[in-house]
Amino acid sequence: MTFASILIQLLNGLAAAASLFLVSAGLSLIFGVTRIVNFAHGSLYMLGLYGAYTLIQALGRTPLGFWSAVLLAALLVGLAGVLIEVLILRRIYRAPELFQLLATFAVVLVIKDIALFVWGAEDLVGPRAPGLGMAVEILGKRIPAYDLLLIAIGPVVLAALWLLLTRTRWGALVRAATQDREMVGALGVDQAKLFTSVFFVGSVLAGLGGALQIPREPANLELDLSVIADAFVVTVVGGLGSIGGAFLAAIIIGVAKAFCIGIGTVTWFGTEIVFSKLTLVVEFLIMALVLVVRPYGLLGRPQAAQRIATDPAPPLTAPSWKIAAIWLVLLVAVPLAADRYVTILLTDIFCFALFAVSLHFIMGPAGMVSFGHAAYFGLGAYAAGLLFKRAGLPMEAALVLAPLCAGAFAVVYGWFCVRLSGVYLAMLTLAFAQISWSIVFQWDSFTGGSNGVFGVWPSAWLADKTTYYYLALACCGAGIALLWRVLFSPFGFVLRAGRDSPLRAEAIGIDLRGFQWAAFVLVGALAGLAGAVYAFSKGSISPSAISIAQSTDGLIMVLLGGVETLTGPIAGAAIFTWLRDEVARRTEFWRAVMGLVILAIVLLFPQGLVGGLKALAARWRERPA
Amino acid sequence: MSGAVLQVEGLHKAFGGVQAVADVSFAVSAGEMLALVGPNGAGKSTCFNMLNGQLAPDHGIVRLDGRDIVGLRPSAIWRLGVGRTFQITATFASLSVRENVQMALYSHAGRLRSLLSRFGTAYRAEADGLLQQVGMLDQADRTCGVLAYGDLKRVELAMALANQPRLLLMDEPTAGMAPRERVALMELAAGLARKRAIAVLFTEHDMDVVFSQADRIIVLDRGQLIAGGTPEEVRANPAVRAVYLGGTH
Amino acid sequence: MLQVRNLHAFYGRAHILHGVSLDAGAGEVVALLGRNGAGKSTVLKAIMGLLPPAEGEVAFDGRRVERLPPYRIARLGLGYVPEERRIFTDLTVSENLEVGRQAARAGLPPWTEDKLFALFPNLAAMRERPGGRMSGGEQQMLTIARTLMGNPRCVLLDEPSEGLAPIIVEQMARSIRALKGEGLTVLLSEQNLHFSQAVADRAYIIEKGQIRFGGSMAELAADPSLREQYLSV
Repeated sequence: MTFASILIQLLNGLAAAASLFLVSAGLSLIFGVTRIVNFAHGSLYMLGLYGAYTLIQALGRTPLGFWSAVLLAALLVGLAGVLIEVLILRRIYRAPELFQLLATFAVVLVIKDIALFVWGAEDLVGPRAPGLGMAVEILGKRIPAYDLLLIAIGPVVLAALWLLLTRTRWGALVRAATQDREMVGALGVDQAKLFTSVFFVGSVLAGLGGALQIPREPANLELDLSVIADAFVVTVVGGLGSIGGAFLAAIIIGVAKAFCIGIGTVTWFGTEIVFSKLTLVVEFLIMALVLVVRPYGLLGRPQAAQRIATDPAPPLTAPSWKIAAIWLVLLVAVPLAADRYVTILLTDIFCFALFAVSLHFIMGPAGMVSFGHAAYFGLGAYAAGLLFKRAGLPMEAALVLAPLCAGAFAVVYGWFCVRLSGVYLAMLTLAFAQISWSIVFQWDSFTGGSNGVFGVWPSAWLADKTTYYYLALACCGAGIALLWRVLFSPFGFVLRAGRDSPLRAEAIGIDLRGFQWAAFVLVGALAGLAGAVYAFSKGSISPSAISIAQSTDGLIMVLLGGVETLTGPIAGAAIFTWLRDEVARRTEFWRAVMGLVILAIVLLFPQGLVGGLKALAARWRERPA
Repeated sequence: MSGAVLQVEGLHKAFGGVQAVADVSFAVSAGEMLALVGPNGAGKSTCFNMLNGQLAPDHGIVRLDGRDIVGLRPSAIWRLGVGRTFQITATFASLSVRENVQMALYSHAGRLRSLLSRFGTAYRAEADGLLQQVGMLDQADRTCGVLAYGDLKRVELAMALANQPRLLLMDEPTAGMAPRERVALMELAAGLARKRAIAVLFTEHDMDVVFSQADRIIVLDRGQLIAGGTPEEVRANPAVRAVYLGGTH
Repeated sequence: MLQVRNLHAFYGRAHILHGVSLDAGAGEVVALLGRNGAGKSTVLKAIMGLLPPAEGEVAFDGRRVERLPPYRIARLGLGYVPEERRIFTDLTVSENLEVGRQAARAGLPPWTEDKLFALFPNLAAMRERPGGRMSGGEQQMLTIARTLMGNPRCVLLDEPSEGLAPIIVEQMARSIRALKGEGLTVLLSEQNLHFSQAVADRAYIIEKGQIRFGGSMAELAADPSLREQYLSV
């Protein structure tokens, strides 16, 4: 590479970093004060981009029209953020953190379908910025003038935010609330207003980040999750709550990505390395690296625990094997009475139930929330498919080996993950899932790329849907029973103890990380089993099995059913899978319907469905006679 | 020095330029009750956290039975025979009182790595015995998450004793207890210390407990030891009166 | 000034306060005594709305406040100084005071930074110092000063002497007497009887969430069995 092309890539990277910084700074600000990981933040970015597209059409392609449209889009997105805060989040600030997360997932689903409804499924390519369409020549290379402007916007916004946070009363309140919001309230500050204002500012930043990209990237419906993944990476690499850290991280990641594109394909020692394909992976590699060296990000500090009276996790009730046996008998009887459709739906539900129970195991009793559990489900599915199709193994062998492959990945991923905790851990799991997805998505020659793997059918003796139903029931039932059994073993107790108090666990001689690592491998293998069973039931696998959407589906299942009960995840998986199937057959906008259902549940049953029903039952029993 | 279970030499720790603990040296012998006192923020908890491996000292030596334990993790230090109670109690809130103590007993016996056996069937009697000693047997089946603060302190003591420790570190062990209970608990600790030759290091704000139970007292102020000796010597020390005790004691 | 009647409060399912009633008249310093876990802090939190009471009444300055959120109660002129100080460690002394600032109250001379620095001279020299770099005693002064910036008519002080060196405790007592001199009503929770005797006009004793004694400091001093039974002396 010449010096000139290095410079060009550097400038490219810095231009991309601007929007990344804006959206991440907003996310960081909101998280700091409200302690909500706003999954809908990428959706707000997406709305900013779509909004700018429409507003430019309305206001005209003049410099004035363009810039008014960008600013107006950002402000409208700010108002959308306020709406989300006032209508939904404000009602659940006292609910468990995971429930707030579930609410923001629901908002993602709703916004996606609103965008689908308003703007359609096609990508929309925006106009160039009027007056800035030309290119500036630097060292013989042409750089779009608009990129240079973006490069300037980053530091300007950083400076503005810094002044706002350190030189105004609002800034002092925000920083104080980041540390101890209850105390801020006791000093006479209206928290609700403060939160709303923070949501407004954060959302404006996301909207502005999106709107500013209009000349550079087409508006599309996949942006919500890809942007939130990027923003997570930037906030975590920079350090949660550190605006300066977000700036630094955005630049590092923007530039690294630009260089990967710029380098293109290189042949080293006879091996062809396609750097441009690394763009999807490189930011996650940076994140994994940074977190291992600096567990709180480049400029972050250990999170001050917010002083909110959170109830400790309640004791776990052992499963009733009698009731489980009754269910088993019922499920064995189902194919005798029900039609093919029910059998197939139940087969799906079995797979997702094991997937959800394995996720519950790691995030509930073991206390390690995973945003990327689909990695193991998907890797299990792919391992099964590839062992069957490419290695030519019999289906039975592929089914047995697939969980071991998923477990092997969990060995690697888990080693990194158990070094972190809380939100950092959750985001690292997301990063690993995304790395897995990128590899699968881009390795056309081996994994089939975006098309996936076809012709993954069970052996002849299992080909019948009813027979396969029993296989799925046996595999998933055994997996669930194993996980439940382990929960009440000394190993399972160690995990629960470590969640309750890592400090005390270490102080009584427990090497907690080792146990947590083993737990990662165990649930990884079982999620892999779920994926493998699923793959053979469908006959094909696509990269969506590893996608963020698949991971969030799992989280929704667990949270819907309730983290605090063992049966909750199964109920959640069943209801979610059934509901999605029902709704998707009736409307194109099934996501919005799902989102609204989830929001209704969140607002009505803040302990999850099973927990909520139990509470209702308890109230019923205790009613005055 | 013979007989010293714990020996600390030249311990230093700074946080972001602030010297939290500076050049602290002392020793505790088997069967001895040593009280570490000083105002909040003097560095007592920092000191404790360096002794059981939670914090790494900037420099200094911590010897347990002659062996340097700096750099070991808390779990490794426990296995060498150190039990600890925390200033802000740390127990397993979702487990019962008995299960908490059983965790410590299982850990002491190295029996936690089983995936399929059922937890809680072993060491029941041993757990109940320890709970009896600290006066918590009647609450053995309650969940720790609902216990009163003073009771959690007792559970912590029972967990620390499950290790048959050589050294017991107790950070404000009697906070949250009534005066009579305070003295009773510390008398229990002192009795065990003498009977089983356990070295006990404790911090305490209640000067009545300190002066009645400690064999020796060391005084920490702004990270430095300013005095040490028998209760009588410390009480009479003018430096201690000036920075800590004031006129009332 | 402050009237509490039959207050009940829960932490989760644990019933902590069982019908607490107490009064603090204008300009009075009242001590709420009891040992750790007796419910002292809970009483103050329930009054302040930080732990919304399940039952009972709280009247402040003639107004019922038991259903209001903490910020509304604070804006009516009830100040709260938490135990363990809870200052904002990332913020400077001046910024900490800024967070506590509220509009001036009719009929009261407003507190200013300068006036507070006169009351707590230690703080004047460290205006720009982050709260996290102060000693425990200095932080305790700052947390009181921060609440005073809200120009309260009445202050709830949660364990002001807790964890302070005896010598700093004496300074704290002088500061509380100075507040009384300014005409403020003070309700403080304490374990330290000596300290309470040095500052309070009256005292209540709380045990297991119930008031067991209410009377003047002289009456309390005359009854050693009370102290023996309920207090850490």
